Amino acid sequence: MRFFLRAILVLVLIALVLALPSIASSYYLSLIVKIMIYALFALSLQLLVGCTGLVSLGHSAFFGIAAYFVTLLTPQTGAGNMLLLLPGAVLAAMAYALVTGALALRTKGIYFIMVTLAFAQMAYYVFHDTPLGGGTDGIYLYFRPELRLGDWVVLNIDNSFTFYVFTLACLLLSWLFLALLMRSRFGAALTGIRVNEQRMRAAGFSTFKYKLTAYVIGCGIAGVAGFLYAAKDGYVNPELLAWEQSGLVLLMVILGGMGRLWGAVLGAIALTLLQEVFQSQALLGDFAKNWHLTFGLAIIALVAVLPQGLAGLPEQWRERRRSKSISPASAQ
Amino acid sequence: MTQTLLSAHNITRRFGGLTAIDNVSLELKRGAVHAVIGTNGAGKSTLVSVLSGELAPNEGTIFMNQENITNWPQPKRARAGMGRSYQRTTIFPSLTVHENCRLTAQANHQHFLSWTPYTRCAKSNESADRALELAGLSSFSNQTAGLLSHGGKRQLEIAMSLSTHPSVLLLDEPLAGMGSEETDRMLNLLASLKSEHAILLVEHDMDAVFRISDEITVMVNGAVIAHGEPADIKANPLVQTAYLGDDE
Repeated sequence: MRFFLRAILVLVLIALVLALPSIASSYYLSLIVKIMIYALFALSLQLLVGCTGLVSLGHSAFFGIAAYFVTLLTPQTGAGNMLLLLPGAVLAAMAYALVTGALALRTKGIYFIMVTLAFAQMAYYVFHDTPLGGGTDGIYLYFRPELRLGDWVVLNIDNSFTFYVFTLACLLLSWLFLALLMRSRFGAALTGIRVNEQRMRAAGFSTFKYKLTAYVIGCGIAGVAGFLYAAKDGYVNPELLAWEQSGLVLLMVILGGMGRLWGAVLGAIALTLLQEVFQSQALLGDFAKNWHLTFGLAIIALVAVLPQGLAGLPEQWRERRRSKSISPASAQ
Repeated sequence: MTQTLLSAHNITRRFGGLTAIDNVSLELKRGAVHAVIGTNGAGKSTLVSVLSGELAPNEGTIFMNQENITNWPQPKRARAGMGRSYQRTTIFPSLTVHENCRLTAQANHQHFLSWTPYTRCAKSNESADRALELAGLSSFSNQTAGLLSHGGKRQLEIAMSLSTHPSVLLLDEPLAGMGSEETDRMLNLLASLKSEHAILLVEHDMDAVFRISDEITVMVNGAVIAHGEPADIKANPLVQTAYLGDDE
């Protein structure tokens, strides 16, 4: 029975996903794609924060580096080849992660947060203060990359529906990859390191290698999100690498629920929608200008109400129901 | 013939101006429990940390199986056959008892590129089952580790150390906070482990120490003041004034 319910749920979801572009207006479709990109970005951070216990406040650097990579390496005259640009963007993010991670992972806790922040700010100022990427103005990407084999164009993502499906595929594949990773022996070791690194070292795990590998993988997936972001908007600027961006994605992970992969996805959906609602003049009129205030208050309220994040909500309800069902019995 | 598995020579470890361990040498032999006793702050835990590779010594050398391991990091020593338990329980409370041991046993079967689920790692499952049986925890296999009794958690701590098939065991106060029944069970466990392992036991419970150990080293302020068989240590006037005298 449960299996059937689940199967029906999955089928309905698939139908909904495929039907969405024809139901939704272009504004909503764009919003959904934005949510999916942030969900991917948050998933990549979940691997570090929730799965390995590495709280990074510099994750936007890898998102931004990949976005700039695509934009800078796309030729002025036509679309670049995705076969080179996507792996290139991911490798660029991973290379920066390997170098900075090898240094940052020598620290722990609050120091790790500060060092990752510092490395992200370094990357931020490279794009902010040098003419490399158009400085503070940023640069435009006029052509979305296409997948080409020789002269044959295998996939063109210019169309908003194909781009939507492509983004969805990237999100689902990364999600599947991370789920398999956490189920493997490598993932089990990451869980051990998150809970008690000392014990893992005493058992014989060289934990540094594990943490660095997880860090580089997580930053590579953030690179995929950065690639998609640049392709979506066709515009990049240094703010993509700013610490506010790292803070936002960290909030998504925390509000969504740490340690659970789908928590990151829930967090991305919730925060992007909240931001959209509070910024909407149609809904809030002139007050929408003060969206930072309402957004901040909403976050405080959510953290207070949901100590385990959105993904922990079912568990929270179950516990509450259990404690309710126990108390009348004990009163008798 | 007794076989020396671990030997430390002239180990000194300083923290700033404080000499926590001062020129300490000791040997661990297969089939013997070597107890290290001493008052609080005598440097016993620091000694365990230096032997296990968590702290580097300022001076001295450490050999395991005739190999100089002084510069080896802790994980490498562990993989070469050194197991340790901690004074403060270091189990993974949210995992099952079995998974606690399976995870530590996985250290001998590490694989970065394996995509099969960790639950299907046959070798680490076997090692975990064996360790749980040795430690007498088989019947608690599927219980959440955090819900075990205090004694059970201490037993699990030892089982986790055993899961990697170590030849040398460094046990930092395995009896801390245990009731008399739990202590008995733990001492029986240690006695059963003796034949296969070289055991270093740091312990405050004097009755237990004299019951189980074959060799005792007494430390005061980081230095060894006596070393010998339990009967000799009991009779040693230096030890009586420095340490035992206060208790009796």
